[in-house]
Amino acid sequence: MLVLENVDAHYGKSHVLHGVSIEVRAGEVVGLLGRNGVGKTTTLKAIMGMARRTGGRITFEGRDLHGVPPHGLAGLGIAWVPEERRIFRLLTVLENLRTGLDRPGVTPARREGLLEKVYAYFPILRERRNQAGGTLSGGEQQMLAIARAMMLEPKIILLDEPTEGLMPRMVGQIQEIVHALHREGVAILLVEQNVPLTLDAAERVYIMEKGAVRHHASAAELRADQRVIHEYLGV
Amino acid sequence: MDQIIIQTLHGLVNGMVLAMVASGLTLIFGIMDIVNFAHGDLLMLGAFVGASVLGVTGNYWLALLVAAVVIGVLGALLQITTLRPLIGRDPLTTILATFGVSLVIQKYALWQWGPSVRRISEPVPGDFVLFHLQYPWYRIATAVLAGLIITGLWLFLKYGKYGIWIRATTQDRVMAQAMGIPVPLVYTGVFAIGSAMAAASGVLFGPFAGVTQTMGFDFTLRAFIVVVVGGMGNLGGSILASIFVSLLESYAAIVVSPAQAVIVSFIVLVLTMLFRPTGLFVPTPK
Repeated sequence: MLVLENVDAHYGKSHVLHGVSIEVRAGEVVGLLGRNGVGKTTTLKAIMGMARRTGGRITFEGRDLHGVPPHGLAGLGIAWVPEERRIFRLLTVLENLRTGLDRPGVTPARREGLLEKVYAYFPILRERRNQAGGTLSGGEQQMLAIARAMMLEPKIILLDEPTEGLMPRMVGQIQEIVHALHREGVAILLVEQNVPLTLDAAERVYIMEKGAVRHHASAAELRADQRVIHEYLGV
Repeated sequence: MDQIIIQTLHGLVNGMVLAMVASGLTLIFGIMDIVNFAHGDLLMLGAFVGASVLGVTGNYWLALLVAAVVIGVLGALLQITTLRPLIGRDPLTTILATFGVSLVIQKYALWQWGPSVRRISEPVPGDFVLFHLQYPWYRIATAVLAGLIITGLWLFLKYGKYGIWIRATTQDRVMAQAMGIPVPLVYTGVFAIGSAMAAASGVLFGPFAGVTQTMGFDFTLRAFIVVVVGGMGNLGGSILASIFVSLLESYAAIVVSPAQAVIVSFIVLVLTMLFRPTGLFVPTPK
């Protein structure tokens, strides 16, 4: 469904991605592991059209994403949950969710349904729905960022280090929502440093180092033999 | 005492018109980081369009509406042709571009309507006696109408679908795009709203002092001062600053001549820049 072929990307003059090739099939959870600064986040930004792509091809459902304006990706079914969460801080929780709901073709009944669904997953968001996004705790902001992406009813979610800096209890909740989205058939490209969580949630895993994919295996293989992970991540 | 009450009323009326001008300017700055130096000239152009429509139809309210719509559309076209290609460039280029647009509009107005002052007659006739002064009802009506328009803008921003788009884009344009909000369209829309509000202020202000092709610069300057004093891009701050600065000018006019009282706003500007560069009505960032 989402295919990156030999993607090169630059930040200013520095060459950040060197021929990255990744594929995510419909409904599949794919992990992207690697240390800090190896280009995982840049890979997601290249998909979102935010990093300067200088080579290669990115296609979604067979359509080349080159030339699709940044605001057109949501309509194609691609949602992004950035590492920094990027909550609209002065908008309330409900208004944050509305940014993904006020699009053509969403009937009032469907809006209600979508809101009820995320409130069921994240009851705290219902409680805080009239509170400014910036006043939420880190974990709550992460939930809001995921909930906001779900409002787009995406086919794939690009999930960037969702558990970074969270308490263990929150990590468990994020893990549950990843499983729940997977059951619903939403594909996820999961960028993480948390190896156990990635191996638990993903079906396949790519390991990156220095701006390139160094290893690609099924999560089952990696669970059975963690030497590769030790080699590239030093854990 | 009478003096103070009269000047308070005067300051409030001027403050409301200024608030309307400044809210358009601050909205545009907040979302696009563009200081629109043609803002006052769009106001002037709106006043001329209003005066022309009034001359033909004799209906002031129709003139107000037509001026707002015509200048709103013109603002959208200006944004698309002049400013959209400059997105992402050095802010200096947009300053120069809007300054150029300002000159073009002024010269067009001179060519089209000539150098003489156009009168706009007052739509609400009559005066009331305030102590020893005949105070026109029209000024009160203007302040009320400006207040209603600003309230309307606020409600639109707070509750409307497009209002949420505008606020989301103002806070984080990259994330707004990722959520599917068509940011280039939002920019154009905001520019159109700001232009329409400037034009409406021009028609509202017209009966006070007449319409001339040079009236725009004064408004740009005054609106710019209150936008800085209120905190760049902060709508509520700009409105409070408009009223605050206008009241100060009015009170100063008791002691010195009205022409000298204008200096007060510049003093406020300089003091704000020195001691609260983020604006008087913004909590100091930690």
